[in-house]
Amino acid sequence: MPLTDKFASQWRRLFGDSVHAFGVVGIVFLVSLAIAPAKNYFTEWRHYQKQYLKMIRGRGDAVTLQRHFQGGIQQIWLPDLGVVDRCTSCHAGLKEASLVDVSTQPLRKHPAIPHSLDQFGCVMCHRGQGAATTLEEAHRSTLAWEQPMLPARYIESSCGQCHHQQLQGTPQLNLGRKLLARYGCVNCHSVKQPDGTVMKATDDAPSLSHVADKTTREWIYTWLRDPRAYAATATMPDFKLKDEDARDISAFLISNSSRLPSATETVPPQKAAADAAAGASLYGESFCASCHAVENAAGNLVGGDVGPELTRVGNKLRPEWLRAWLRNPRSYDPGTQMPHYRFNDLQVSLLTGFLQAKFDPDFPSNVHLESPTPEQIANGRRLVMDYGCASCHRISGIKKPENFAPELTRIGSKPINQLVFLPGMEHTLPEYITNKIRQPRAFGQGLKMPQYGFTPVQIDAIATALLAQNERAFTLPPYLILAAAPASNYTPAGNAGKLMKDLACFSCHTINGRGGDMAPDLSWEGSSVQRKWLQEFLKNPNTLRPALIRRMPKFNLTDSEINELTDYMMTVYQNPVIDLDSVPVFGNSLVQVEQGKQLFYGKYACQSCHIVDVKTDKGYIGPTLTLVGSRMTAPWIYQWVKNPQALRPGSNEPNRNMSDEDARALTAFLMNQKGSPAKEARKK
Amino acid sequence: MKRRLATLGVVLFLVLTSGCARKVSSAKPRATANGSALVESSGGKQFAPVGSPLPQPIVVQVNDEQGTAVPGALVEFRGPSGVTFDPESALSDSSGQVTTNVALGEMAGRYRITVSTTDKLGKAVELKLEEVALGYQQILGRQLNDHYCSRCHDPESTPERVSNFDNLETKPHPFAEGDTLNKMSDADLTAIITHGGPALNKSPLMPPYGYTLSKTEIQALISYIRAVADPPYPTPGIVYAKN
Repeated sequence: MPLTDKFASQWRRLFGDSVHAFGVVGIVFLVSLAIAPAKNYFTEWRHYQKQYLKMIRGRGDAVTLQRHFQGGIQQIWLPDLGVVDRCTSCHAGLKEASLVDVSTQPLRKHPAIPHSLDQFGCVMCHRGQGAATTLEEAHRSTLAWEQPMLPARYIESSCGQCHHQQLQGTPQLNLGRKLLARYGCVNCHSVKQPDGTVMKATDDAPSLSHVADKTTREWIYTWLRDPRAYAATATMPDFKLKDEDARDISAFLISNSSRLPSATETVPPQKAAADAAAGASLYGESFCASCHAVENAAGNLVGGDVGPELTRVGNKLRPEWLRAWLRNPRSYDPGTQMPHYRFNDLQVSLLTGFLQAKFDPDFPSNVHLESPTPEQIANGRRLVMDYGCASCHRISGIKKPENFAPELTRIGSKPINQLVFLPGMEHTLPEYITNKIRQPRAFGQGLKMPQYGFTPVQIDAIATALLAQNERAFTLPPYLILAAAPASNYTPAGNAGKLMKDLACFSCHTINGRGGDMAPDLSWEGSSVQRKWLQEFLKNPNTLRPALIRRMPKFNLTDSEINELTDYMMTVYQNPVIDLDSVPVFGNSLVQVEQGKQLFYGKYACQSCHIVDVKTDKGYIGPTLTLVGSRMTAPWIYQWVKNPQALRPGSNEPNRNMSDEDARALTAFLMNQKGSPAKEARKK
Repeated sequence: MKRRLATLGVVLFLVLTSGCARKVSSAKPRATANGSALVESSGGKQFAPVGSPLPQPIVVQVNDEQGTAVPGALVEFRGPSGVTFDPESALSDSSGQVTTNVALGEMAGRYRITVSTTDKLGKAVELKLEEVALGYQQILGRQLNDHYCSRCHDPESTPERVSNFDNLETKPHPFAEGDTLNKMSDADLTAIITHGGPALNKSPLMPPYGYTLSKTEIQALISYIRAVADPPYPTPGIVYAKN
């Protein structure tokens, strides 16, 4: 055979004699020895380091950069945090301030952040595999390493591993955490935090124990079928119930509801109730729109989001319940955020008429339901338990279920192989979380999680908050965990306290850390305003800032109620720094007033934001100061102009670092603004 | 027999390899008409955090020589690496418009988006749009801007926030006004924010914020001002705070 012959002759040529054989074996040996150094020489990180050196060579600051550069594998080792990051081997210029103009990776400098790379490393924020030295292994998930780098759009979640308080630089994380509480996610899913707290819901779903007093079975049925058909802003998600399920649940809720006599107290309807214009003006005067939104003709929502939307409220409420509610909401729901307006019978009827007219004939309220059978009611009860309705709503006879849905405490490090992905989905955790929120029922049959109407921005925010709930956050050393400020449970005492609860002051105002953010903080109100002004304001509120919509309603308080409130606020809400007895120290000489005026218009140019003289000043940001002398106290003004943030942290009035003398003169000038006596007299 | 085996082999090979194909890319729709001009309807010059979708979609309109809308023209969107479009290409609708949702890349800075279509002669017609991705520092700056600056520096009023711009005798510079603000160095801006207008012989209506904002916050504010400048500020961002 010629082939074997050829092979044999070649063999003889190479290994015929020992010298040849030695040479061939030697070459083979050398080549195989060279493989290891060659592999090392051609590693990716060496390639990037060469690229970096080439780039800095041509620059003006080459010498400095060259001196900072260290070759070889670089590593940030932080035993406390469990961080071994070799990212800086390729990202060589990460800490070089002068590389602002470089835009190619991996050569860029790190953008400015509040932390040092040497203290926190890279994977704390970016995730990925820090110890890896190839691009593929470090950035993406591999067979041995499931956690790829975090997409930049969720990067704020990394801040949330340590920071459990509100941070100014992380709006997306803050929004996500707020939504988890606001939409009741945490009613079903328990979310514990490394600072030892458990996320609490803020959605305050209504009790269903007396729901039959309030509305009809038909409305409940239609609402259950699709809450957003009734109100676009509905907090309640869509459970995608079948017709017969909605029928049975509505049957159960009505039959389970007990009558609350006080909630259907019969206020005789007044004749004038049909006066739509008077009703509308009362709705406006009472500032209902500060909390409740209504869709206008153009389809835009106008109004606040503290209370429910009222666009189709006429389709929902029974008139006798609405009358009792307007008379005193606390008789139906003692914990409601709605203030107790002191409406008279006529006003109650006017408002009821006005709200009843908010009726949408297209809203499918004309469903006809047969009276329920006992089986249907029993089935309704079973469904209410199945869907965990009592997680959010109080329903008499049904306990709030414990651990109703999977706990989300460590959802941010859930292994990918435990997740179910839909076809076409990228196999990553953020993709899973966002899709699960977007279309929860698509992930399988018989799933209970309802459909929310979140926008893409809201979904990203919720995913950010959930990705912060990961294993690493729970293994961090305690000194890194920054706990959220504990929720204040401040309650004012005595009769005034009862009155403040009745008027729901805390729905809008914050006092001592508790309350809403719609209206000014009242914690130091007693130090800042004069008693007479406060009394007048409670009797007849007006706006202080031309650029703000007035929101403070007139509650029709009696004189004794006003005195009670004023006394309490003047005595209790005192700032320790402000000594009201120190007034005489400031003086009020004409020289000082004139000097203060010069300072106001000249050195400090206060007229850019405030108005003292309506003829010349136009400032629109701060409160109008035309009558400030009869509204505020001199010691407060003095301390305020010296350092506004010391009295109200976060105030946008800049601190001018004013001298005591300037502050005294300005105080004298401002205290002199009491309005012209003639004008006042005419008003009275 | 052999032939049959060969066909079977080919079929088997095709079946097996079809599984290996990565995502099957959806075929581009076929254009039924051609326009000669592209006009931006909305969506240019928006701001979004890095890697995030822009708040509003980009809408462009295809027009012919007379300036009337052309339905059925193929429009494609391209951008630097990291930018994603949904959809990447589409036919213009009955009013000649194409809408796409855009997510920006992972690095803070400006992104140039190219929108293209072909005219009747097969020549490419292009429209360039700019979008800005905000990093940590710019997002912090934007928050500070909304709280302290925008009431005077932003002439636009909204129902929630009435602008004070018109009430001021000396008009402040809107932060997007690159023509003026790009000429000022970072040091100048820092001085004017810290010490107020008079520090640079400008209006005293601009108060000093040096006792209200920290140095880091002022830096963040400047990096935001640089990010929104139009025309763009020559070098991106502000220097990295060394540890």
